[in-house]
Amino acid sequence: MFKFFEPNKIFLITSRAPKYVLILFIIILSIGLTEALILSPEDYKQSHSVRIMYVHVPAAWITLGIFSSITFLSIVGYIFKIKNFFLISKSLAPSGFVFSITALVTGSIWGKPTWGTWWAWDARITSMLILVLFYLIYLIVCRIYENDDKAFKISTIVTILGIINIPIIKYSVEWWNTLHQPASVNIFSNSSIHNSMLIPLLIMTAAFALFSALIFLMKYNTELIKIKNKGLDRL
Amino acid sequence: MISEFFLMKGYGIYVWSAFIFTMISFFFLYNITKNQYIKEKNKFIAKFGTLNSERAAFAKSQKINKEILSNTSRI
Repeated sequence: MFKFFEPNKIFLITSRAPKYVLILFIIILSIGLTEALILSPEDYKQSHSVRIMYVHVPAAWITLGIFSSITFLSIVGYIFKIKNFFLISKSLAPSGFVFSITALVTGSIWGKPTWGTWWAWDARITSMLILVLFYLIYLIVCRIYENDDKAFKISTIVTILGIINIPIIKYSVEWWNTLHQPASVNIFSNSSIHNSMLIPLLIMTAAFALFSALIFLMKYNTELIKIKNKGLDRL
Repeated sequence: MISEFFLMKGYGIYVWSAFIFTMISFFFLYNITKNQYIKEKNKFIAKFGTLNSERAAFAKSQKINKEILSNTSRI
């Protein structure tokens, strides 16, 4: 089953996919921005500041998703010794890192008109900052260790430690009294958000996911070419 | 009408800065990743050029190398 994950086979697809993903991303992003900035209504309480949600929430969702995927791939890859899973995790990390910073910064910008402050050391915001630090440590580990096996081992430990923070981020608004509002979109129960806002939010999430896929593909191809460069040195 | 769109009842500064920050982050990440890709690919092509014909033929027999060399798109 794992033969499917061989870099040689994957490269045939990943080397051609980015240009199509880029085109699709631009189309979906244009629709999303039009919906988010022009067509969606203002909130009765937060007025136009609610529009920040259309970049803040997708960035937060995707960064959490990416970190969970990195952890899963690292653990499975480490147990079954699938080196390619390390390459995939390594290629996912840069976009996850940028999305975590985006979520934090846009959240801070949203906080000023809503709470009257740019920053508060409350559970949700602090746990999100910890996620940024875990991404940073992960990227540094991948960069400083020349030996891939050592980098794989240490980065897996980093992700295992970091994954503890993910449920804390998710449930912090329920477990503690925070400035941050509870989740408005819920997969398992009725969402408290109107369709006129939910649809632009989902479109922007799709656009962000496509951007993440684009960066992943480009980064993954770069990593494969790096391996091939080492291979040419040995010839 | 246009100023209303940009000012957003006084919230424009916050909304626009959040969107602009996001788009600038995307732009930088895309460009950094693309430059790394081009750099590695050029390094590969340069190394490939230094191989003698026998080694080049062997290297070219590998599907992935052929793909890197044939893929001329810059993304």
